[in-house]
Amino acid sequence: MQLTNRAKVLEKKPMTLAERAYLPAIFQGLSITMRHFFMKKATVRYPEEVRPFSAFFRGLHVLKRDEQGRERCTACGLCAVSCPAEAITMVAGERKKGEEGLYREEKYAISYEINMLRCIFCGLCEEACPKAAIYLQADKMAPPRYERDEFVYGKDRLVEPVSPDERSVRGIQLTPEQADTLRARIV
Amino acid sequence: MIELPALGWQSIVIFVVFALSLLIATYCTYAERVIAAFLQDRVGPDRAGPYGLLQPLADAVKMFTKEEFFPGGANKVLFVVGPCLAMITALMSSAVIPFGNTMSFGNNLFFLQGIEVNIGMLWIFGVVSLGVYGVMIGGWASNNKFSLLGAVRAASQNISYELAMGMSLIAVLMISGTLSLREITLQQSVAGEWQVWNIVKQPLGFIIFLVCAFAETNRTPFDLPECETELVGGYHTEYSSMKLGLYLFSEYVNIFVVSAVMSVLYFGGFNFPFQYELRDWFINSQGWELNSAQNLITLLGTVGLFLKIFAFIFFFMWIRWTLPRFRYDQLMRLGWTILIPLAVFNIVLTGALILFGVI
Repeated sequence: MQLTNRAKVLEKKPMTLAERAYLPAIFQGLSITMRHFFMKKATVRYPEEVRPFSAFFRGLHVLKRDEQGRERCTACGLCAVSCPAEAITMVAGERKKGEEGLYREEKYAISYEINMLRCIFCGLCEEACPKAAIYLQADKMAPPRYERDEFVYGKDRLVEPVSPDERSVRGIQLTPEQADTLRARIV
Repeated sequence: MIELPALGWQSIVIFVVFALSLLIATYCTYAERVIAAFLQDRVGPDRAGPYGLLQPLADAVKMFTKEEFFPGGANKVLFVVGPCLAMITALMSSAVIPFGNTMSFGNNLFFLQGIEVNIGMLWIFGVVSLGVYGVMIGGWASNNKFSLLGAVRAASQNISYELAMGMSLIAVLMISGTLSLREITLQQSVAGEWQVWNIVKQPLGFIIFLVCAFAETNRTPFDLPECETELVGGYHTEYSSMKLGLYLFSEYVNIFVVSAVMSVLYFGGFNFPFQYELRDWFINSQGWELNSAQNLITLLGTVGLFLKIFAFIFFFMWIRWTLPRFRYDQLMRLGWTILIPLAVFNIVLTGALILFGVI
């Protein structure tokens, strides 16, 4: 049966003396391995050396704050809807009086959790977000952990820490010590 | 006949050679892994100490602290004797290798050699062929069919290749006319002529010897006695802890010894090019005494011999990570139908060349 016209008829020729002597083939092989001996090594010595991430690497999520340090997320749920792995859950709540320095809109996320074991790091949540609140960082990976529940990241680990350089967090001018204590509490 | 100072000197040399063989074998395990890694574009062990140089130490600790396991139905005595025998025979053979020329202090001359006997070559091949008993006993005592198969393979392989090896050596003996390794080395040291190394006179014999050396040390491409893909681990399947370590170690000691033998027989041993010119230069231009100049040349020659040995060890590992394993029938065909006739031809050729005064 002939399926295509590409079949090649192979002719088994008797081996030449050089082929039968086997030694030329050995020297050929030796020269190949010797070339590899001096080649650049593929190994990355990990803890000391880190392979650079690509510029659009999709790593660990972060919930951004705006210029005044207020959370951008309004708990609209578009990220959870767009998530193909159903990794995102959230509980929405209403902003109370006096919390204007904490949350940007009247509605905010009381809790916001991403299960990093479910997440496939596709970045669709980032695409779906109308408030530019969630991003996948290009320089950070979800690290390995020992327990399953440690992979469920809540707001404590997702929300961007208050920048120490911006003294005017939440509209209040902070002293460096206050900024430090605040950072310690959030991170 | 041997005087007491000579005896003391000999025991010192033997001890140093013993320690050196163990040290070199230890670092062969490290070199094997690094060379394997480099040939495969990796970097190899680099965590224990600078450049991973303490890796053999870590391996030894691992070996010593592992469980000492005796398989059910194994003969306990022979099970222990096997690896010991392998190690003892591997270490014994380096006693007669001349590691250097003569050191002279005053009127006393000392050889850098354990025992100078006029049957050095016979001693080496007698002891090396005893090595197969270690493998055979260990494989048989394990009460395991894979071990037994590995042992049987080792025995038949060693016997087959010893024939060709011995015959390739006969050609060397025909040229040198002596069995003493020191004599053979000194014959390769005519002043100013490096061309007298036996490799020039015996290229075919050297290739036969080299192939047989690979088979005798159970190295790839002839590592059928321990081939993991077919026989689990061959004769050391059932071994664990330091008994396994002794088997693995004896393989590296054997490589060291066989490299030394090849350097001595074919590559001039402790001779190196222009050694006499160098000695005369030290005496005439630098005003050294004959004794100290000769001692310096001896030490340089020892360093040179070790460089040759290391080159051979590297070659062993280079081959191992290049060539795939032979099939068993190919191994036997190569040994009996190619190497032995070639060795016989080499003997006849050498005889003819000697008869017509070419070499």
